[in-house]
Amino acid sequence: MADRNLEIELKLLIEAIYLKYSYDFREYSPASMKRRVLLALQQMRCDNVSALQRRILYDAAAFMELLQYLTIPVSEMFRDPGYFLALRQQVVPLLRTYPSLKVWIAGCSTGEEVYSLAILLREEGLLERTIIYATDINPRSLERARQGIFAIEHLRQYSENYRRAGGKGSLADYYTAAYDSAIMDKSLKDNVTFADHSLATDSVFSETQLISCRNVLIYFNKPLQDRAFGLFHESLCHRGFLGLGSKETVEFSGYASLYEPFDKQERIFRKL
Amino acid sequence: MNRELAGASLAGRQPPLEAVVIGTSAGGLGALSLLVDGLGAAFPLPLLVVQHVPADMPTQLAEIFGRKTALRVKEADDKEALQPATLYFAAPGYHLLLEGDRSLSLSQDEAVHFSRPSIDVLFESAADALGPAVAGILLTGANEDGAAGLEAIHRAGGLTIVQDPAEAEVDTMPRAALQRFAPDHILPLRNIHRLLRELE
Ligand SMILES: C[S@@+](CC[C@H](N)C(=O)[O-])C[C@H]1O[C@@H](n2cnc3c(N)ncnc32)[C@H](O)[C@@H]1O
Repeated sequence: MADRNLEIELKLLIEAIYLKYSYDFREYSPASMKRRVLLALQQMRCDNVSALQRRILYDAAAFMELLQYLTIPVSEMFRDPGYFLALRQQVVPLLRTYPSLKVWIAGCSTGEEVYSLAILLREEGLLERTIIYATDINPRSLERARQGIFAIEHLRQYSENYRRAGGKGSLADYYTAAYDSAIMDKSLKDNVTFADHSLATDSVFSETQLISCRNVLIYFNKPLQDRAFGLFHESLCHRGFLGLGSKETVEFSGYASLYEPFDKQERIFRKL
Repeated sequence: MNRELAGASLAGRQPPLEAVVIGTSAGGLGALSLLVDGLGAAFPLPLLVVQHVPADMPTQLAEIFGRKTALRVKEADDKEALQPATLYFAAPGYHLLLEGDRSLSLSQDEAVHFSRPSIDVLFESAADALGPAVAGILLTGANEDGAAGLEAIHRAGGLTIVQDPAEAEVDTMPRAALQRFAPDHILPLRNIHRLLRELE
C-alpha cells in the first residue's frame, strides 16, 4: 500500500503551501497531485518531500517553480474543435441577443483558449461588445497569456483545429510569424482582462453570459468541484451558458438540477 | 515466477482482489477480446484498461466491446466510483488514475512514453491505492509503457501477470516488463483468461 510516511509528507507540503502562500491544493485529486509532486521532486533535485517543503518555505522563487508542476499548463488553440463549432453555431445566435456580453474563461492557462474564443467572437461580430475575463492561479501562465506568443511549431495543428471549428478565414490572419514564434494580433485582447483568480479560494467578481472552464475541474475532488460550480452558478445570468472539458459534466454534481444539457456531446450546459 | 497455470489462482487470494488493471497497445484489441470472452454480470471485480490509440483517431473502444461482452462497458468518467462486473476504458487524451477511495480521476498531465493515457500512470496509481489488492496484466504492445507501472504493483504486493512474449503479437511491452523484474506469472492469453474466469 502507499508509503505512509510519503502520504504524511505530501499532506504537510500542501498545508505548508496553503499557510505560506495561500494557494489551496488541499482538495485536489490526490493521485495526480502526488505524481506531480514526485515529478517536481526529481526535477528540482530534492531528496524527499520534506526537503522540498523546507525549500519552498524559505524561497519564494522555488515555490514559483513548484507551482509550474502543480498546475498543468498544457493547452491548445481550438482544442476539441467540436466544442468551438457548437459555441459558434448554437450558442452565438443566442448571445447575439444581448447588447453587451461578459465571458469568463476560468483556468485559461497560457491563453490558447482565450485567443480561440476571441477569434470566434470577432468572426461572429461580437468581440467589440464583449468583455472577456481570463483567469488562472499561475502568474507565469497568465503572463504568457497576456503576451500571446506561441511556438510556431504548433500552428499547423492549431490551424487544422481552427478549420474544423468552423473558422471563416485562415488562422494566419490573426498572427504574425517571427522566427519560431507566432505573435497573436494585439487587437484580439483589447477587451480581455487577465487576472489572478482561484476557483478554490476566491469569490465571484462579475455577472457573465458565458463561462468556459475546460480541463480544470478534473483536478479537483467532488467538494471542490461543487465549490466551482457554485461560483459559476452565481456568476451566470439567467439562461447563461457553461462550457466544460470533454470529460467534465455538471450532471453528477450538487448543481445538476440547476442546469440543462444544451449540447451534451460538447459538454455545454445552460442555467435554468 | 510461474509459466504454468498449476498453483495459480486468484480466487483464494488474501487480501482479496479489488480490481484488475490491464495495459496493452499494438495487437491489444484481439488480445482483450479473448481475455474478456465470456465474462459477465457475475464477475466480482472492476476491470480497468489502458489501450493506446492514436490521439487523433479516437476509436470507440467502449462501443466495440459493449457488443462483445456481457460485462458493463464504458469509457471511464472523472470521479466515478468503481463498480464490479464493469470494463472501464481510459478516455483518449486523458490519463486514468485510481484513487485511494476507489474512485477514478482523469488528468491531462504530460504524456508518459508518448502515451496519454499511459499504462504506467494507471498502474502506479493502482499500486498506490490498492497495494496487494490489485492484479496488473500487461499484454502485447509496441513500446515500454507499463513496465515500470507493473513493477510498482509488484513492489506494493499486488499480483502481476505478463503475457508470454512468445505468443504476443508484439512482444516489446511484455519483454520490457520481464527485463525489470520477475512477475508472478508469464502466461499465454488463454491461461490468463482462465484465471479471470475462475473469479466468477
Ligand atoms: C490543463 S490546464 C487547462 C487549460 C485550458 N482551459 C484548456 O482546456 O486548454 C488547467 C489550468 O487550470 C489552472 N488551475 C488549477 N487550479 C486552479 C484554480 N483553483 N483556479 C483557477 N485555475 C486553476 C491551472 O493553472 C492550469 O492553467
